[in-house]
Amino acid sequence: MIVASALSDFGDGLSFIFQARESSAGTVQVGGLGEVGHLAGNHLLVSLLAVAIAIAVALPIALVLGHKGRGEFVAVSTSNVGRAVPSLAIIAFFVAFLGTGFTNLCFALILLAIPPILTNTYVAVRQVDRDLVDAARGQGLSEGQIIRSIELPLALPTIFGGIRLSSVNVLATAIIGPLAGYETLGTPILSLNVYGFSGAIGAAIVVALMTLTADAGFAGVQRLSTPKGLKVVKGGRRRMRFRPTSPRSVQTP
Amino acid sequence: MIAAAVIAQSGGFVRNRGGDASCVANDGFCPSWIADNLDRYWAPLLEHLYLVVVSVGIGFAIALSLGLLAHRQRWLIAPLTGVTSALYTIPSIAMFFLLQPLLGRGNTPAIVGLAIYTQVIIFRNVINGLANVPEEMVDAAAGMGMTANQRLFRIEVPLAVPEILAGLRIATATTVGLAAFAAFAGAGGLGQKLIVASLITFKSNVVIAGGMVTLLAAALDLLVLGAQRLLTPWRRAVAA
Repeated sequence: MIVASALSDFGDGLSFIFQARESSAGTVQVGGLGEVGHLAGNHLLVSLLAVAIAIAVALPIALVLGHKGRGEFVAVSTSNVGRAVPSLAIIAFFVAFLGTGFTNLCFALILLAIPPILTNTYVAVRQVDRDLVDAARGQGLSEGQIIRSIELPLALPTIFGGIRLSSVNVLATAIIGPLAGYETLGTPILSLNVYGFSGAIGAAIVVALMTLTADAGFAGVQRLSTPKGLKVVKGGRRRMRFRPTSPRSVQTP
Repeated sequence: MIAAAVIAQSGGFVRNRGGDASCVANDGFCPSWIADNLDRYWAPLLEHLYLVVVSVGIGFAIALSLGLLAHRQRWLIAPLTGVTSALYTIPSIAMFFLLQPLLGRGNTPAIVGLAIYTQVIIFRNVINGLANVPEEMVDAAAGMGMTANQRLFRIEVPLAVPEILAGLRIATATTVGLAAFAAFAGAGGLGQKLIVASLITFKSNVVIAGGMVTLLAAALDLLVLGAQRLLTPWRRAVAA
C-alpha cells in the first residue's frame, strides 16, 4: 500500500516536470517543461557564476600560497570555518544584513564555494614532489613557469576534486534562492501552497539529477586530468617498468 | 495562550511581542526584542540537538558496522563507497522531500536523511583508519595466537579510534548544518526560523537562529574532540 502511494507521489512529481497543471488554488498554470526549464536555467546560471568566480578568486591565491609554502594557517582555517558554519546560516546572514537579490545570493554562494577550492588547491600544490620543483628550478624555469607547468598539472586532479565539492554544494544551496528573492528550482519547494507536493517532488528530482550529473561529470574530469604517470602508480595493478622515486608514491597498495 | 502555542508550533512567528516596535518593523537588529523573545528559541534548539544526536548515533552505528564488514570483505569497499557518496551528493532539501512519500512528514524522514549523509564520512574514515594500522602489529598479534576477531577488536579497532572519531567529528558538524534543512521534512529545528521568507530578512531572528546553529556545530565539534583526547591517551603522550 505504502509503496503504491509512494510510487504515485513520484509519478505525480515526474508529471509536474513535463506537464503544466493548475496551481493548488486553481488560479494559474504551474509546472511543465517551460516553467521547470526556466527555473532550472536560473538555478544553473547562479550556480555556475558563483563557482566560476570562486575559482577565479581562490585558485590563483592558493597556487601562489602553496608554491611559496606560506599561509598554511589561512588555507586550513578557511576550510575549517567553511565546514563549521552551516550553509543556511551563511545565506540567512547575507539576506538579512545585505538584502535580497541575485547579486547577494551569488555572493553568498561564492563564499560557500571558496573553501573547498582554496584548501584542495593549497594541499595539492604542497604535495607536489619538492625534488621535481627543484629540478625545474635547476633547469632555469621561472617561479611562474614552475607554478604553471609543474605544480598546476600535477595538482589538477585534487583541484578538480575541490571544484566538484563546491559545485555540488552550491547547486544544493541554490535551492533556497527564492528566500533571497531569486527564482530557482527551490521555488516549487518553498511555495508549497502554490505548487503542491508534486511540485516539490518534481523540483527535488530535477535538482538531485543535476547534482548527480555535476558530480559524475567532475569525477570524469578529475580522472582525465590525472597525469598518465600518476595513474600508473595509483592503479598499482599494472606492472611498473620503473619504480617511482617520490616517497609518497612508493606506498602502492 | 493556545493560539500562540499553535502559531509557534506551525513555525509562525509573532513579531509584536516586546522589543522596540519600529526596530522590529524595520527588520532591524534589536537587542530588546532578542531579550524578550529568546525563550522562543530553546525548543527549536533542543529539537535541532535531538535530530543531530539521534541521526549521528544511528548513522555511526550503521557506518561502523559496514566499515568493519567491508574491512573483512574487501570487495564491498568499492560499491559501498560508490553508493554512499552518490547519496551524499543529493541535496539535503531534495532528500527530505524524496523521503516523504515513503516515510511521511516529521522526524522520521529527517533522521533517516541525516543518518544517510553521515555514512560516507564515517565509513571512509573507518576503512582508512583500519587500513592504516601497521601490518607488523597485526602480524605480531597473530603470532601471539590471537584469532581474527580478537585481532580486529583488540588491536585494529583501538588503533583506528583516532581516525574513526575524526570521521565522527566531521559528520557531527556537517549534520548540524544539514539539520537546519530538516524543517523541510516537517521536523522543526532551528531551520524552521530561517526558511521562511518573512523571517530570513529579520536581522534579530537571523542572529539568534543562525548564531545558535553555528555555535551548536562548534560546541559538538569540541565535545567530540574532547572524547577523542580522552579515548586516545597515547596520542597526547606522543604530542607532549
